[in-house]
Amino acid sequence: MTEECELFECGHRACGGCGPALAARLILKATGENTIVVASTGCMEVFSTPYPETAWKVPWIHSLFENAAAVASGIEASLKKQERDEHVVCICGDGATFDIGMLCISGAFERGHDITYICYDNEAYMNTGIQRSGATPYDADTTTSPAGKCSTGNPRPKKDLPAILAAHGATYVATASIAYPNDLIKKVQRAVSTHGPNYIQVHAPCATGWGFDGSQTIAVGRLAIETGLWVNYEMMNGEVERVRKVAHRKPVDDYLSVQKRFRHLYRPGRNEDEIAKIQAIADANAKKFGIDLNVVKEE
Amino acid sequence: MGLNIGCAAAPGRARDNKTGSWRVFKPVFKYDKCVKCGLCEVVCPEGCVREGQDGYYHPDYNYCKGCGLCAEECPVDDIELVQEEK
Amino acid sequence: MMEILEGSHAVAEAVRLCRPQVVAAYPITPQTHIVEALASMVADCKLDAEYICVESEFSALSACLGASAAGSRVYSATTSQGLALMFEVCFNVAGMRQPIVMTIANRALGAPLNIWNDQQDSISLRDAGWLQFYAEDNQEATDLHFIAYRVAEDHRVLLPVMVCFDGFILTHTYEPVDIPSQEAIDAFLPPYKPVNILDAKNPMSLGMYATPDYYMEFRYEIDQAQKRAKEVFAEVGAEFAKQFGRDYSGLVEGYRLEDADMAFIAMGSICGTVREAIDEMRAEGKKVGLLKIRSFRPFPSEEIRAALSGVSKVAVLDKNISLGQKGAVALEVRDALYGSEIDVKGYILALGGRDVRQADIKAIAGLLEKGEGDQFFGLRTEVL
Repeated sequence: MTEECELFECGHRACGGCGPALAARLILKATGENTIVVASTGCMEVFSTPYPETAWKVPWIHSLFENAAAVASGIEASLKKQERDEHVVCICGDGATFDIGMLCISGAFERGHDITYICYDNEAYMNTGIQRSGATPYDADTTTSPAGKCSTGNPRPKKDLPAILAAHGATYVATASIAYPNDLIKKVQRAVSTHGPNYIQVHAPCATGWGFDGSQTIAVGRLAIETGLWVNYEMMNGEVERVRKVAHRKPVDDYLSVQKRFRHLYRPGRNEDEIAKIQAIADANAKKFGIDLNVVKEE
Repeated sequence: MGLNIGCAAAPGRARDNKTGSWRVFKPVFKYDKCVKCGLCEVVCPEGCVREGQDGYYHPDYNYCKGCGLCAEECPVDDIELVQEEK
Repeated sequence: MMEILEGSHAVAEAVRLCRPQVVAAYPITPQTHIVEALASMVADCKLDAEYICVESEFSALSACLGASAAGSRVYSATTSQGLALMFEVCFNVAGMRQPIVMTIANRALGAPLNIWNDQQDSISLRDAGWLQFYAEDNQEATDLHFIAYRVAEDHRVLLPVMVCFDGFILTHTYEPVDIPSQEAIDAFLPPYKPVNILDAKNPMSLGMYATPDYYMEFRYEIDQAQKRAKEVFAEVGAEFAKQFGRDYSGLVEGYRLEDADMAFIAMGSICGTVREAIDEMRAEGKKVGLLKIRSFRPFPSEEIRAALSGVSKVAVLDKNISLGQKGAVALEVRDALYGSEIDVKGYILALGGRDVRQADIKAIAGLLEKGEGDQFFGLRTEVL
């Protein structure tokens, strides 16, 4: 067996089929070893670094839940003064990114630090037991947005963080998915070779939190793209540059029905109204980004 | 040994934790139809599938948690999940 | 060189001489003059540092942590609400053993909102693992910064330091201050030699999480480092005295205690007022002295016991209160003197900038003589 260097080492304690663990591996494949990783508190931090067993073979630091972008700002300033050239890359969950870390992220992006901030987006607080975050999609059942007799789950759509950070003047903003590994790797490589601040949001399905078998992590991620509920695109200096097109967009049912977090939309019967609303989100995404390949452009 | 100051640690010690013991299903790489595409290596969240000198890919069962992603994604259906025998 | 400087500017000069590579701070009264001065120095190329103009104190200290972890000497300054916003990062910085030096321009904590001086802010963070040094005047505030970096960065310590000096009373007061030369400070304070840093050539994981199998040992080690900081502080203080002629080697400092029967214990600028009052009382024949606490963390219990061995009554002046209990300094002094015959009384005073004059100190001496204490002093009962 050849000893190819894996920068994210075996032996971490993620669940089998973990989307974020796969994201971490792919991100490090792209950044290479001349990289300093800044982590937020969260699933990935916990499953990869119980003292003294770290999975990280690049320099890695964790301080708090909400300050990765500020810590990265300080690291970047320090490297500049020392004339060092490591890439500074934050890898943080959606709770740390969309919610509690917004202040620090906003500050770091406004100041224009040369950092790449990557959010592994599994659409809820998984480490604490699947609570809703600002990244949780509409109608998802979480432990703090439970579906019930008078609730269909999370009442709000996902926050549009890429647009918010593009509006901060981020150089490069991209969305990616672990279901498209080569695309993800290319985007991370582009980010770290572009003077920041840069932001990449990686769709990272969570088998445990979303309720599907670990073998389906990539299949579920693919369905998000194929239904238009997740769009992979790149923005440079605020302009959308490239979008992943979809040949025959699938109905959102194909994505929703394979996950327990949307099970309430199908039991006891199919909730036509709610599913129509989610279909409308996908349709709006498709229109906004022009992802449909089989649609004749309206004049 | 003393504690490393500030809860710091040298890299890669996670290897001390042999997660292969978690496995319920085991992916058996059959090498019947394998085209050496390497997708099994790419999609493994453990990073425990590596290319051998023969050009084929091999899982490290010390760490494989048996999630089945490699079997699911194998384009030629050459990896089979079987019940782990312990 | 002796200069007439505002306290904040004297501290900024001291910081410049320490050559921090990264400064991250957020403006808050009465700290602003320090960071404004540093920003000007960076703008005029008098200080070769990255000045990170952060969006909050929380990010200020977080950015300092990152820069320190990457191997730089760093600096920040704050006070009051700003320090409260840093609460979580403060514990983290100490736990991660980053020798950051931060000036605290001591100020009251709201509510009610109040921009004036007391010491509630830094004292409320006494459990965070930071060393805390309190300055009596602007010369001491200046010099304690040189000493703070030396102690913090000493490999026997590796802990962050708060250099505390009273907001407005010192920050905005002009006094003659001797600012050492760059050569002299370079000789006293060599470049920072970190231990574990973020470096791609030698990768480490910093700030991992510790299970119950390890957590307590990490906390124990911080406590041990605090205790080692006592001897390091004395060592560095003695070296400073030798080189600069000003002696800060004591964690505590006595004034006219030799034959004293009664002693005041205080921290910060109020010590100046107490000294003057003591001189007056001495003239009236009272055997009174002062024990100034310079280092609140590590807490100098043994030093206090030794210094007060001949004293029978102690008045502790607390510019803070642990609401529902007593002043923090009084509680800790009482613990230090536990088992002795000394009568320790605490007085909560000067909260939120209430003036304390020599007459007040003498009045407290009167209360102590009568055995009255453990109370607020100087309350305006007419507004209650």
